[in-house]
Amino acid sequence: MSIVFYVLTTITVMGALAAMLLKNTVHCALALSVVFAGLAFLFMSLDAQYAGWAQVLVYIGAVAILVVFAILLTKGSETPKDGVFSRTWFVGLVIAAGVFAVLGWAVMGSMKALPQLTAVPQVTNLDIGNALVGRYVLPLEIVAVLLTAAMIGAVIVAIHEKEGQK
Amino acid sequence: MIGFFDQIFVLLQHWIVSFLPAAWQSAAGVLLAVVAIICLFPALFALTTVFERKGIARIQNRLGPNRVGPYGLLQPIADGIKSLTKEDIVPMSADAAVHFLAPVVMVVAVFMGFAVLPMGRNMVLVDMDAGLLFYFAIGASAELAVFMAGWSSRNKYSLLGAMRAVAQMISYEVPLLLSGVTVVMITGSLSLTKIVAAQNHYSYGLPHWYIFTPWGCAGFLMYAIAATAESNRSPFDLPEGESELVAGYHTEYSGFKFALFFLGEYLAMFSISGLGTTLFLGGWSAPFSFLNWVPSWIWFFSKLMLSIFVFIWLRGTLPRLRQDQLMNFAWKFVLPMCLLNLFVAAAWRFMGDGWLRWVVCSAVLIAAYVTLGWSEMHRGKIGPRSYRYAE
Repeated sequence: MSIVFYVLTTITVMGALAAMLLKNTVHCALALSVVFAGLAFLFMSLDAQYAGWAQVLVYIGAVAILVVFAILLTKGSETPKDGVFSRTWFVGLVIAAGVFAVLGWAVMGSMKALPQLTAVPQVTNLDIGNALVGRYVLPLEIVAVLLTAAMIGAVIVAIHEKEGQK
Repeated sequence: MIGFFDQIFVLLQHWIVSFLPAAWQSAAGVLLAVVAIICLFPALFALTTVFERKGIARIQNRLGPNRVGPYGLLQPIADGIKSLTKEDIVPMSADAAVHFLAPVVMVVAVFMGFAVLPMGRNMVLVDMDAGLLFYFAIGASAELAVFMAGWSSRNKYSLLGAMRAVAQMISYEVPLLLSGVTVVMITGSLSLTKIVAAQNHYSYGLPHWYIFTPWGCAGFLMYAIAATAESNRSPFDLPEGESELVAGYHTEYSGFKFALFFLGEYLAMFSISGLGTTLFLGGWSAPFSFLNWVPSWIWFFSKLMLSIFVFIWLRGTLPRLRQDQLMNFAWKFVLPMCLLNLFVAAAWRFMGDGWLRWVVCSAVLIAAYVTLGWSEMHRGKIGPRSYRYAE
Protein backbone atom coordinates (compact mmCIF):
# COMPACT_ATOMS: atom_id res chain seq x y z
CA MET A 1 0.00 0.00 0.00
CA SER A 2 2.02 2.91 -1.25
CA ILE A 3 1.21 6.60 -1.30
CA VAL A 4 0.14 6.21 -4.96
CA PHE A 5 -2.59 3.82 -3.88
CA TYR A 6 -3.95 6.27 -1.33
CA VAL A 7 -3.90 9.18 -3.77
CA LEU A 8 -5.69 7.12 -6.43
CA THR A 9 -8.31 5.76 -4.05
CA THR A 10 -8.96 9.24 -2.70
CA ILE A 11 -9.48 10.58 -6.24
CA THR A 12 -11.70 7.64 -7.17
CA VAL A 13 -13.85 7.84 -4.03
CA MET A 14 -14.16 11.61 -4.27
CA GLY A 15 -15.19 11.26 -7.91
CA ALA A 16 -17.78 8.66 -7.00
CA LEU A 17 -19.19 10.87 -4.25
CA ALA A 18 -19.28 13.83 -6.63
CA ALA A 19 -21.05 11.71 -9.24
CA MET A 20 -23.78 10.99 -6.71
CA LEU A 21 -24.05 14.31 -4.93
CA LEU A 22 -23.65 16.95 -7.62
CA LYS A 23 -26.86 18.64 -8.75
CA ASN A 24 -26.09 19.05 -12.44
CA THR A 25 -26.40 15.80 -14.38
CA VAL A 26 -23.57 16.59 -16.80
CA HIS A 27 -21.26 17.37 -13.87
CA CYS A 28 -22.20 13.95 -12.47
CA ALA A 29 -21.26 12.33 -15.77
CA LEU A 30 -17.91 14.14 -15.84
CA ALA A 31 -17.25 13.13 -12.23
CA LEU A 32 -18.02 9.57 -13.25
CA SER A 33 -15.31 9.74 -15.89
CA VAL A 34 -12.90 10.81 -13.14
CA VAL A 35 -13.89 7.60 -11.34
CA PHE A 36 -13.19 5.60 -14.50
CA ALA A 37 -9.77 7.23 -14.83
CA GLY A 38 -9.01 6.55 -11.17
CA LEU A 39 -9.94 2.88 -11.60
CA ALA A 40 -7.78 2.66 -14.72
CA PHE A 41 -4.78 4.04 -12.85
CA LEU A 42 -5.45 1.64 -9.98
CA PHE A 43 -5.24 -1.21 -12.51
CA MET A 44 -1.99 0.22 -13.78
CA SER A 45 -0.53 0.58 -10.30
CA LEU A 46 -1.19 -3.16 -9.99
CA ASP A 47 0.90 -3.74 -13.17
CA ALA A 48 -2.20 -4.58 -15.20
CA GLN A 49 -1.35 -2.28 -18.09
CA TYR A 50 -3.68 -3.89 -20.59
CA ALA A 51 -6.70 -3.78 -18.30
CA GLY A 52 -5.91 -0.19 -17.35
CA TRP A 53 -5.69 1.18 -20.88
CA ALA A 54 -8.64 -0.89 -22.03
CA GLN A 55 -10.56 0.70 -19.15
CA VAL A 56 -9.62 4.17 -20.39
CA LEU A 57 -10.44 3.31 -24.00
CA VAL A 58 -13.82 1.75 -23.28
CA TYR A 59 -15.07 3.67 -20.28
CA ILE A 60 -13.75 7.18 -20.85
CA GLY A 61 -13.71 6.97 -24.64
CA ALA A 62 -17.07 5.30 -25.13
CA VAL A 63 -19.20 4.87 -22.01
CA ALA A 64 -18.69 8.38 -20.63
CA ILE A 65 -19.46 9.84 -24.07
CA LEU A 66 -22.53 7.62 -24.32
CA VAL A 67 -23.75 8.76 -20.91
CA VAL A 68 -23.24 12.39 -21.85
CA PHE A 69 -25.05 11.91 -25.17
CA ALA A 70 -27.93 10.18 -23.42
CA ILE A 71 -28.24 13.05 -20.95
CA LEU A 72 -28.17 15.74 -23.62
CA LEU A 73 -30.45 13.97 -26.10
CA THR A 74 -33.17 13.09 -23.58
CA LYS A 75 -34.07 15.44 -20.77
CA GLY A 76 -31.46 18.11 -21.14
CA SER A 77 -28.82 18.97 -18.64
CA GLU A 78 -30.88 21.46 -16.63
CA THR A 79 -31.41 20.59 -13.00
CA PRO A 80 -35.03 19.70 -12.20
CA LYS A 81 -36.71 22.04 -9.76
CA ASP A 82 -37.96 19.35 -7.41
CA GLY A 83 -34.44 18.18 -6.61
CA VAL A 84 -32.41 15.32 -7.96
CA PHE A 85 -32.78 13.00 -5.01
CA SER A 86 -35.28 10.21 -5.31
CA ARG A 87 -37.93 9.84 -2.61
CA THR A 88 -37.32 6.11 -2.46
CA TRP A 89 -33.69 6.58 -1.42
CA PHE A 90 -34.10 4.03 1.35
CA VAL A 91 -34.78 1.22 -1.15
CA GLY A 92 -31.76 2.31 -3.16
CA LEU A 93 -29.63 2.20 -0.03
CA VAL A 94 -30.79 -1.35 0.75
CA ILE A 95 -30.03 -2.51 -2.82
CA ALA A 96 -26.63 -0.84 -2.79
CA ALA A 97 -25.78 -2.43 0.55
CA GLY A 98 -26.90 -5.81 -0.78
CA VAL A 99 -24.77 -5.54 -3.91
CA PHE A 100 -21.81 -4.40 -1.84
CA ALA A 101 -22.25 -7.32 0.55
CA VAL A 102 -22.36 -9.86 -2.30
CA LEU A 103 -19.28 -8.37 -3.97
CA GLY A 104 -17.41 -8.19 -0.68
CA TRP A 105 -18.33 -11.80 0.07
CA ALA A 106 -17.08 -12.90 -3.36
CA VAL A 107 -13.80 -11.00 -2.99
CA MET A 108 -13.21 -12.39 0.50
CA GLY A 109 -13.99 -15.90 -0.77
CA SER A 110 -11.47 -15.55 -3.60
CA MET A 111 -8.71 -14.78 -1.12
CA LYS A 112 -9.29 -18.17 0.49
CA ALA A 113 -9.72 -20.03 -2.77
CA LEU A 114 -6.42 -18.86 -4.23
CA PRO A 115 -3.17 -20.08 -2.73
CA GLN A 116 -1.15 -17.34 -1.11
CA LEU A 117 0.84 -15.83 -3.94
CA THR A 118 4.32 -14.85 -2.92
CA ALA A 119 5.73 -13.70 -6.24
CA VAL A 120 4.00 -11.18 -8.48
CA PRO A 121 2.79 -13.08 -11.56
CA GLN A 122 4.28 -11.84 -14.82
CA VAL A 123 1.52 -11.45 -17.39
CA THR A 124 2.37 -9.85 -20.71
CA ASN A 125 0.00 -8.64 -23.38
CA LEU A 126 1.05 -11.63 -25.44
CA ASP A 127 -0.18 -13.97 -22.69
CA ILE A 128 -3.51 -12.16 -22.51
CA GLY A 129 -3.88 -12.36 -26.28
CA ASN A 130 -3.00 -16.05 -26.37
CA ALA A 131 -5.42 -16.79 -23.56
CA LEU A 132 -8.22 -14.86 -25.28
CA VAL A 133 -7.93 -16.67 -28.61
CA GLY A 134 -6.83 -19.97 -27.07
CA ARG A 135 -8.37 -21.13 -23.84
CA TYR A 136 -11.13 -18.49 -23.60
CA VAL A 137 -12.06 -18.36 -27.28
CA LEU A 138 -15.63 -19.55 -26.70
CA PRO A 139 -16.59 -16.82 -24.20
CA LEU A 140 -14.95 -14.30 -26.52
CA GLU A 141 -16.96 -15.52 -29.50
CA ILE A 142 -20.18 -15.52 -27.49
CA VAL A 143 -19.57 -11.93 -26.41
CA ALA A 144 -18.80 -11.01 -30.02
CA VAL A 145 -22.04 -12.58 -31.26
CA LEU A 146 -23.99 -10.86 -28.49
CA LEU A 147 -22.53 -7.46 -29.36
CA THR A 148 -23.12 -7.97 -33.08
CA ALA A 149 -26.72 -8.94 -32.38
CA ALA A 150 -27.14 -5.85 -30.22
CA MET A 151 -25.70 -3.65 -32.96
CA ILE A 152 -27.93 -5.14 -35.66
CA GLY A 153 -30.88 -4.73 -33.32
CA ALA A 154 -30.05 -1.08 -32.81
CA VAL A 155 -29.86 -0.56 -36.57
CA ILE A 156 -33.23 -2.27 -37.05
CA VAL A 157 -34.83 -0.12 -34.34
CA ALA A 158 -33.45 3.00 -36.01
CA ILE A 159 -34.69 1.96 -39.48
CA HIS A 160 -38.17 1.22 -38.17
CA GLU A 161 -38.49 4.62 -36.60
CA LYS A 162 -37.44 6.33 -39.81
CA GLU A 163 -40.04 4.51 -41.89
CA GLY A 164 -42.74 5.35 -39.36
CA GLN A 165 -42.07 9.04 -39.81
CA LYS A 166 -42.70 9.04 -43.56
CA MET B 1 30.33 9.03 -36.86
CA ILE B 2 27.13 7.67 -38.37
CA GLY B 3 26.04 6.31 -35.03
CA PHE B 4 26.95 9.57 -33.32
CA PHE B 5 24.55 11.72 -35.29
CA ASP B 6 21.91 9.03 -35.16
CA GLN B 7 22.07 8.90 -31.38
CA ILE B 8 22.97 12.56 -30.80
CA PHE B 9 19.88 13.34 -28.71
CA VAL B 10 20.18 10.16 -26.67
CA LEU B 11 23.86 10.90 -25.99
CA LEU B 12 23.01 14.50 -25.11
CA GLN B 13 20.43 13.28 -22.62
CA HIS B 14 22.91 10.86 -21.04
CA TRP B 15 25.55 13.59 -20.89
CA ILE B 16 23.28 16.08 -19.12
CA VAL B 17 21.97 13.45 -16.74
CA SER B 18 25.48 12.29 -15.83
CA PHE B 19 26.04 15.52 -13.88
CA LEU B 20 23.33 14.57 -11.40
CA PRO B 21 23.54 12.13 -8.49
CA ALA B 22 22.77 8.55 -9.43
CA ALA B 23 19.46 8.46 -7.57
CA TRP B 24 18.00 11.26 -9.68
CA GLN B 25 19.30 10.14 -13.04
CA SER B 26 16.37 8.10 -14.33
CA ALA B 27 13.80 10.69 -13.25
CA ALA B 28 15.88 13.50 -14.73
CA GLY B 29 16.24 11.60 -18.00
CA VAL B 30 12.47 11.23 -18.30
CA LEU B 31 11.96 14.87 -17.35
CA LEU B 32 14.44 15.97 -19.99
CA ALA B 33 12.69 13.92 -22.68
CA VAL B 34 9.30 15.34 -21.64
CA VAL B 35 10.66 18.89 -21.80
CA ALA B 36 12.11 18.15 -25.24
CA ILE B 37 8.73 16.92 -26.50
CA ILE B 38 6.89 19.88 -24.94
CA CYS B 39 9.30 22.34 -26.58
CA LEU B 40 9.71 20.64 -29.93
CA PHE B 41 6.13 20.04 -31.01
CA PRO B 42 4.77 23.54 -30.26
CA ALA B 43 7.74 24.88 -32.24
CA LEU B 44 6.79 22.57 -35.06
CA PHE B 45 3.21 23.83 -34.65
CA ALA B 46 4.36 27.43 -35.11
CA LEU B 47 6.27 26.42 -38.21
CA THR B 48 3.30 24.48 -39.56
CA THR B 49 0.82 27.35 -39.16
CA VAL B 50 2.86 29.59 -41.42
CA PHE B 51 3.57 26.69 -43.79
CA GLU B 52 -0.14 25.91 -43.96
CA ARG B 53 -1.22 29.52 -44.50
CA LYS B 54 1.38 29.96 -47.20
CA GLY B 55 0.47 26.67 -48.83
CA ILE B 56 -3.28 27.29 -48.79
CA ALA B 57 -2.69 30.78 -50.11
CA ARG B 58 -0.62 29.40 -52.96
CA ILE B 59 -3.37 26.90 -53.80
CA GLN B 60 -5.97 29.68 -53.71
CA ASN B 61 -3.83 32.01 -55.82
CA ARG B 62 -3.05 34.62 -53.18
CA LEU B 63 0.03 35.58 -51.21
CA GLY B 64 -0.76 34.58 -47.65
CA PRO B 65 1.00 36.16 -44.66
CA ASN B 66 3.66 38.55 -45.98
CA ARG B 67 3.96 41.46 -43.55
CA VAL B 68 5.73 40.10 -40.45
CA GLY B 69 9.38 39.38 -41.15
CA PRO B 70 10.82 38.13 -44.43
CA TYR B 71 8.07 36.44 -46.49
CA GLY B 72 5.83 36.56 -43.41
CA LEU B 73 7.90 33.92 -41.67
CA LEU B 74 7.64 35.59 -38.26
CA GLN B 75 3.83 35.51 -38.39
CA PRO B 76 3.52 32.74 -35.72
CA ILE B 77 5.42 34.95 -33.22
CA ALA B 78 2.97 37.79 -33.84
CA ASP B 79 0.07 35.36 -33.48
CA GLY B 80 1.51 34.02 -30.24
CA ILE B 81 1.94 37.48 -28.72
CA LYS B 82 -1.57 38.39 -29.83
CA SER B 83 -3.18 35.35 -28.24
CA LEU B 84 -1.18 35.80 -25.02
CA THR B 85 -2.14 39.43 -24.59
CA LYS B 86 -5.79 39.18 -25.57
CA GLU B 87 -8.44 39.42 -22.90
CA ASP B 88 -9.65 36.05 -21.69
CA ILE B 89 -13.44 36.24 -21.88
CA VAL B 90 -15.62 33.69 -20.12
CA PRO B 91 -19.33 34.00 -20.96
CA MET B 92 -21.48 34.94 -17.98
CA SER B 93 -23.71 31.88 -18.27
CA ALA B 94 -20.80 29.51 -18.88
CA ASP B 95 -19.90 26.77 -16.48
CA ALA B 96 -16.64 28.34 -15.30
CA ALA B 97 -14.89 25.25 -13.94
CA VAL B 98 -15.61 22.98 -16.92
CA HIS B 99 -14.98 25.87 -19.32
CA PHE B 100 -11.52 26.27 -17.80
CA LEU B 101 -10.74 22.56 -17.66
CA ALA B 102 -11.65 21.71 -21.26
CA PRO B 103 -8.57 23.17 -23.04
CA VAL B 104 -6.32 21.81 -20.29
CA VAL B 105 -7.68 18.27 -20.66
CA MET B 106 -7.41 18.57 -24.44
CA VAL B 107 -3.75 19.60 -24.49
CA VAL B 108 -2.71 17.14 -21.78
CA ALA B 109 -4.42 14.25 -23.56
CA VAL B 110 -2.85 15.16 -26.89
CA PHE B 111 0.64 15.58 -25.43
CA MET B 112 0.45 12.19 -23.74
CA GLY B 113 0.09 10.53 -27.14
CA PHE B 114 3.67 11.49 -28.01
CA ALA B 115 4.98 9.45 -25.09
CA VAL B 116 4.88 6.16 -26.99
CA LEU B 117 5.88 7.29 -30.49
CA PRO B 118 9.39 6.10 -31.43
CA MET B 119 10.91 9.21 -33.01
CA GLY B 120 14.24 7.64 -33.84
CA ARG B 121 16.44 4.71 -32.98
CA ASN B 122 16.24 4.40 -29.14
CA MET B 123 14.24 7.62 -29.06
CA VAL B 124 11.01 6.75 -27.34
CA LEU B 125 9.89 8.20 -24.04
CA VAL B 126 8.06 5.15 -22.70
CA ASP B 127 8.63 1.84 -24.47
CA MET B 128 5.29 0.49 -23.40
CA ASP B 129 4.26 -3.08 -24.07
CA ALA B 130 0.74 -1.88 -24.89
CA GLY B 131 1.85 1.27 -26.71
CA LEU B 132 -0.79 1.22 -29.43
CA LEU B 133 -3.57 0.62 -26.91
CA PHE B 134 -2.24 3.50 -24.82
CA TYR B 135 -2.28 5.78 -27.84
CA PHE B 136 -5.87 4.98 -28.75
CA ALA B 137 -7.02 5.21 -25.12
CA ILE B 138 -5.50 8.68 -24.77
CA GLY B 139 -6.94 9.73 -28.12
CA ALA B 140 -10.38 8.68 -26.96
CA SER B 141 -10.19 10.89 -23.88
CA ALA B 142 -9.65 13.96 -26.06
CA GLU B 143 -13.28 13.55 -27.16
CA LEU B 144 -14.42 14.26 -23.64
CA ALA B 145 -12.49 17.55 -23.69
CA VAL B 146 -14.28 18.56 -26.88
CA PHE B 147 -17.61 17.80 -25.29
CA MET B 148 -16.67 19.70 -22.12
CA ALA B 149 -15.74 22.76 -24.17
CA GLY B 150 -18.95 22.70 -26.18
CA TRP B 151 -21.28 22.05 -23.30
CA SER B 152 -19.78 24.44 -20.77
CA SER B 153 -19.92 27.40 -23.16
CA ARG B 154 -23.75 27.51 -23.05
CA ASN B 155 -23.87 28.47 -26.68
CA LYS B 156 -25.91 26.68 -29.30
CA TYR B 157 -23.13 26.82 -31.87
CA SER B 158 -20.62 25.46 -29.38
CA LEU B 159 -22.90 22.63 -28.36
CA LEU B 160 -23.82 21.73 -31.94
CA GLY B 161 -20.17 21.79 -32.93
CA ALA B 162 -19.21 19.62 -29.99
CA MET B 163 -21.94 17.09 -30.71
CA ARG B 164 -20.86 16.92 -34.34
CA ALA B 165 -17.22 16.58 -33.35
CA VAL B 166 -17.89 13.84 -30.82
CA ALA B 167 -20.17 11.90 -33.18
CA GLN B 168 -17.58 12.18 -35.94
CA MET B 169 -14.67 11.20 -33.73
CA ILE B 170 -16.51 8.16 -32.37
CA SER B 171 -17.55 7.06 -35.87
CA TYR B 172 -14.07 7.33 -37.31
CA GLU B 173 -12.34 5.87 -34.28
CA VAL B 174 -13.65 2.45 -35.26
CA PRO B 175 -11.91 2.34 -38.68
CA LEU B 176 -8.83 3.94 -37.13
CA LEU B 177 -8.59 1.13 -34.60
CA LEU B 178 -9.41 -1.56 -37.14
CA SER B 179 -6.74 -0.42 -39.57
CA GLY B 180 -4.27 -0.41 -36.69
CA VAL B 181 -5.36 -3.91 -35.71
CA THR B 182 -4.15 -5.34 -39.04
CA VAL B 183 -0.62 -4.14 -38.21
CA VAL B 184 -0.88 -5.73 -34.77
CA MET B 185 -2.04 -9.00 -36.38
CA ILE B 186 0.98 -9.16 -38.66
CA THR B 187 3.56 -7.95 -36.15
CA GLY B 188 2.16 -9.86 -33.21
CA SER B 189 2.82 -7.01 -30.80
CA LEU B 190 1.14 -3.87 -29.51
CA SER B 191 4.49 -2.24 -28.83
CA LEU B 192 5.26 0.53 -31.31
CA THR B 193 9.01 -0.03 -31.12
CA LYS B 194 8.50 -3.67 -32.11
CA ILE B 195 6.23 -2.60 -34.96
CA VAL B 196 8.98 -0.34 -36.31
CA ALA B 197 11.62 -3.02 -35.79
CA ALA B 198 9.49 -5.50 -37.77
CA GLN B 199 9.48 -3.12 -40.76
CA ASN B 200 13.13 -2.15 -40.50
CA HIS B 201 14.81 -4.67 -42.77
CA TYR B 202 15.53 -4.61 -46.46
CA SER B 203 15.61 -6.92 -49.43
CA TYR B 204 17.27 -5.75 -52.67
CA GLY B 205 17.78 -2.40 -50.93
CA LEU B 206 14.05 -1.85 -50.60
CA PRO B 207 12.36 -1.63 -47.19
CA HIS B 208 9.73 -4.00 -45.79
CA TRP B 209 7.32 -1.23 -44.85
CA TYR B 210 3.77 -2.34 -44.36
CA ILE B 211 2.46 0.15 -46.91
CA PHE B 212 4.19 -1.93 -49.63
CA THR B 213 1.97 -4.95 -48.95
CA PRO B 214 -1.60 -5.23 -50.29
CA TRP B 215 -3.26 -5.18 -46.86
CA GLY B 216 -0.91 -2.45 -45.67
CA CYS B 217 -1.69 -0.24 -48.65
CA ALA B 218 -5.44 -0.60 -48.16
CA GLY B 219 -5.02 -0.22 -44.42
CA PHE B 220 -2.98 2.94 -44.81
CA LEU B 221 -5.61 4.42 -47.10
CA MET B 222 -8.32 3.75 -44.51
CA TYR B 223 -6.04 4.98 -41.74
CA ALA B 224 -5.39 8.21 -43.59
CA ILE B 225 -9.12 8.84 -44.11
CA ALA B 226 -9.95 8.06 -40.50
CA ALA B 227 -7.02 10.12 -39.23
CA THR B 228 -8.13 13.14 -41.24
CA ALA B 229 -11.61 12.82 -39.80
CA GLU B 230 -10.27 12.16 -36.31
CA SER B 231 -8.24 15.36 -36.31
CA ASN B 232 -11.25 17.32 -37.63
CA ARG B 233 -9.39 18.48 -40.70
CA SER B 234 -10.92 19.46 -44.01
CA PRO B 235 -12.79 17.80 -45.79
CA PHE B 236 -14.11 16.49 -42.48
CA ASP B 237 -14.13 19.85 -40.68
CA LEU B 238 -17.88 19.99 -40.11
CA PRO B 239 -17.50 20.46 -36.35
CA GLU B 240 -16.09 23.89 -37.03
CA GLY B 241 -17.88 24.64 -40.27
CA GLU B 242 -17.48 28.41 -40.31
CA SER B 243 -20.44 29.01 -42.57
CA GLU B 244 -22.93 27.44 -40.21
CA LEU B 245 -21.41 27.14 -36.73
CA VAL B 246 -19.16 30.23 -36.31
CA ALA B 247 -16.26 28.10 -35.05
CA GLY B 248 -17.77 25.01 -33.47
CA TYR B 249 -16.93 23.95 -29.96
CA HIS B 250 -14.37 26.68 -29.34
CA THR B 251 -16.64 29.58 -30.35
CA GLU B 252 -16.71 30.98 -26.81
CA TYR B 253 -12.98 30.73 -26.19
CA SER B 254 -10.66 33.66 -26.57
CA GLY B 255 -7.07 34.55 -25.88
CA PHE B 256 -4.80 31.84 -24.68
CA LYS B 257 -7.49 29.21 -24.15
CA PHE B 258 -8.36 29.45 -27.83
CA ALA B 259 -4.65 29.16 -28.62
CA LEU B 260 -4.54 26.00 -26.52
CA PHE B 261 -7.35 24.47 -28.57
CA PHE B 262 -5.59 25.47 -31.76
CA LEU B 263 -2.38 23.95 -30.44
CA GLY B 264 -4.24 20.81 -29.39
CA GLU B 265 -5.69 20.36 -32.86
CA TYR B 266 -2.33 20.68 -34.57
CA LEU B 267 -0.61 18.47 -32.03
CA ALA B 268 -3.28 15.85 -32.57
CA MET B 269 -2.53 16.07 -36.27
CA PHE B 270 1.20 15.62 -35.62
CA SER B 271 0.74 12.69 -33.31
CA ILE B 272 -1.73 10.91 -35.58
CA SER B 273 0.66 11.42 -38.51
CA GLY B 274 3.44 10.09 -36.33
CA LEU B 275 1.40 7.03 -35.50
CA GLY B 276 0.57 6.47 -39.17
CA THR B 277 4.26 6.78 -39.98
CA THR B 278 5.09 4.27 -37.27
CA LEU B 279 2.41 1.79 -38.26
CA PHE B 280 2.66 1.82 -42.04
CA LEU B 281 5.60 3.90 -43.23
CA GLY B 282 8.34 2.17 -41.28
CA GLY B 283 8.72 4.74 -38.50
CA TRP B 284 12.28 6.00 -38.38
CA SER B 285 13.72 3.55 -40.94
CA ALA B 286 15.24 4.85 -44.15
CA PRO B 287 13.39 4.37 -47.47
CA PHE B 288 16.43 2.68 -49.11
CA SER B 289 19.11 0.64 -47.44
CA PHE B 290 21.89 2.82 -48.89
CA LEU B 291 20.35 5.82 -47.09
CA ASN B 292 20.82 4.25 -43.68
CA TRP B 293 23.62 6.67 -42.85
CA VAL B 294 21.11 9.52 -42.50
CA PRO B 295 20.10 9.82 -38.83
CA SER B 296 16.89 7.96 -38.00
CA TRP B 297 15.13 10.96 -36.44
CA ILE B 298 15.50 12.88 -39.70
CA TRP B 299 13.50 10.15 -41.44
CA PHE B 300 10.79 10.17 -38.80
CA PHE B 301 10.32 13.92 -38.97
CA SER B 302 10.53 13.98 -42.79
CA LYS B 303 7.73 11.43 -42.99
CA LEU B 304 5.78 13.42 -40.40
CA MET B 305 6.13 16.64 -42.36
CA LEU B 306 5.23 14.86 -45.58
CA SER B 307 1.98 13.72 -43.95
CA ILE B 308 1.35 17.28 -42.74
CA PHE B 309 1.89 18.49 -46.29
CA VAL B 310 -0.71 15.99 -47.54
CA PHE B 311 -3.13 17.24 -44.87
CA ILE B 312 -2.63 20.84 -46.07
CA TRP B 313 -2.93 19.80 -49.70
CA LEU B 314 -6.21 18.00 -48.99
CA ARG B 315 -7.52 21.04 -47.14
CA GLY B 316 -6.80 23.24 -50.13
CA THR B 317 -8.32 20.79 -52.60
CA LEU B 318 -11.46 19.13 -51.28
CA PRO B 319 -14.81 20.71 -50.39
CA ARG B 320 -16.40 20.00 -47.04
CA LEU B 321 -18.68 16.98 -46.67
CA ARG B 322 -22.31 17.10 -45.52
CA GLN B 323 -23.19 15.50 -42.19
CA ASP B 324 -25.10 12.56 -43.72
CA GLN B 325 -22.32 12.00 -46.28
CA LEU B 326 -19.84 11.96 -43.43
CA MET B 327 -21.70 9.30 -41.49
CA ASN B 328 -22.54 7.21 -44.56
CA PHE B 329 -18.92 7.31 -45.62
CA ALA B 330 -17.75 6.13 -42.22
CA TRP B 331 -20.21 3.32 -41.64
CA LYS B 332 -20.99 2.16 -45.18
CA PHE B 333 -17.62 2.44 -46.89
CA VAL B 334 -14.66 2.81 -44.53
CA LEU B 335 -15.82 0.33 -41.91
CA PRO B 336 -16.67 -2.56 -44.31
CA MET B 337 -13.41 -2.02 -46.14
CA CYS B 338 -11.52 -2.16 -42.84
CA LEU B 339 -13.29 -5.40 -41.93
CA LEU B 340 -12.41 -6.88 -45.32
CA ASN B 341 -8.84 -5.78 -44.76
CA LEU B 342 -8.79 -7.72 -41.49
CA PHE B 343 -9.60 -10.91 -43.40
CA VAL B 344 -6.99 -10.11 -46.03
CA ALA B 345 -4.37 -9.50 -43.35
CA ALA B 346 -5.27 -12.80 -41.70
CA ALA B 347 -4.90 -14.59 -45.04
CA TRP B 348 -1.55 -12.87 -45.56
CA ARG B 349 -0.41 -14.01 -42.14
CA PHE B 350 -1.33 -17.66 -42.65
CA MET B 351 -0.40 -18.17 -46.31
CA GLY B 352 3.31 -18.07 -45.56
CA ASP B 353 6.03 -16.60 -47.76
CA GLY B 354 5.79 -16.76 -51.50
CA TRP B 355 4.15 -15.04 -54.43
CA LEU B 356 0.73 -16.69 -53.94
CA ARG B 357 -0.26 -14.50 -51.01
CA TRP B 358 0.60 -11.39 -53.02
CA VAL B 359 -1.69 -12.50 -55.83
CA VAL B 360 -4.58 -13.59 -53.61
CA CYS B 361 -4.52 -10.59 -51.27
CA SER B 362 -4.13 -8.04 -54.06
CA ALA B 363 -6.87 -9.73 -56.12
CA VAL B 364 -9.36 -9.68 -53.23
CA LEU B 365 -8.71 -6.03 -52.41
CA ILE B 366 -8.65 -4.80 -56.00
CA ALA B 367 -11.83 -6.75 -56.81
CA ALA B 368 -13.61 -5.27 -53.78
CA TYR B 369 -12.58 -1.67 -54.50
CA VAL B 370 -13.24 -1.90 -58.25
CA THR B 371 -16.66 -3.55 -57.77
CA LEU B 372 -17.67 -0.98 -55.21
CA GLY B 373 -16.45 1.91 -57.30
CA TRP B 374 -18.13 0.58 -60.43
CA SER B 375 -21.48 0.00 -58.72
CA GLU B 376 -21.40 3.44 -57.11
CA MET B 377 -20.68 5.02 -60.49
CA HIS B 378 -23.60 3.19 -62.13
CA ARG B 379 -26.22 3.85 -59.50
CA GLY B 380 -27.36 6.81 -61.54
CA LYS B 381 -27.50 9.10 -58.56
CA ILE B 382 -24.97 11.52 -59.91
CA GLY B 383 -26.80 14.54 -61.21
CA PRO B 384 -28.09 17.93 -60.14
CA ARG B 385 -28.27 18.21 -56.38
CA SER B 386 -31.73 17.81 -54.93
CA TYR B 387 -32.74 19.73 -51.83
CA ARG B 388 -34.86 17.42 -49.75
CA TYR B 389 -35.49 19.80 -46.88
CA ALA B 390 -35.16 23.25 -48.37
CA GLU B 391 -37.43 23.17 -51.40
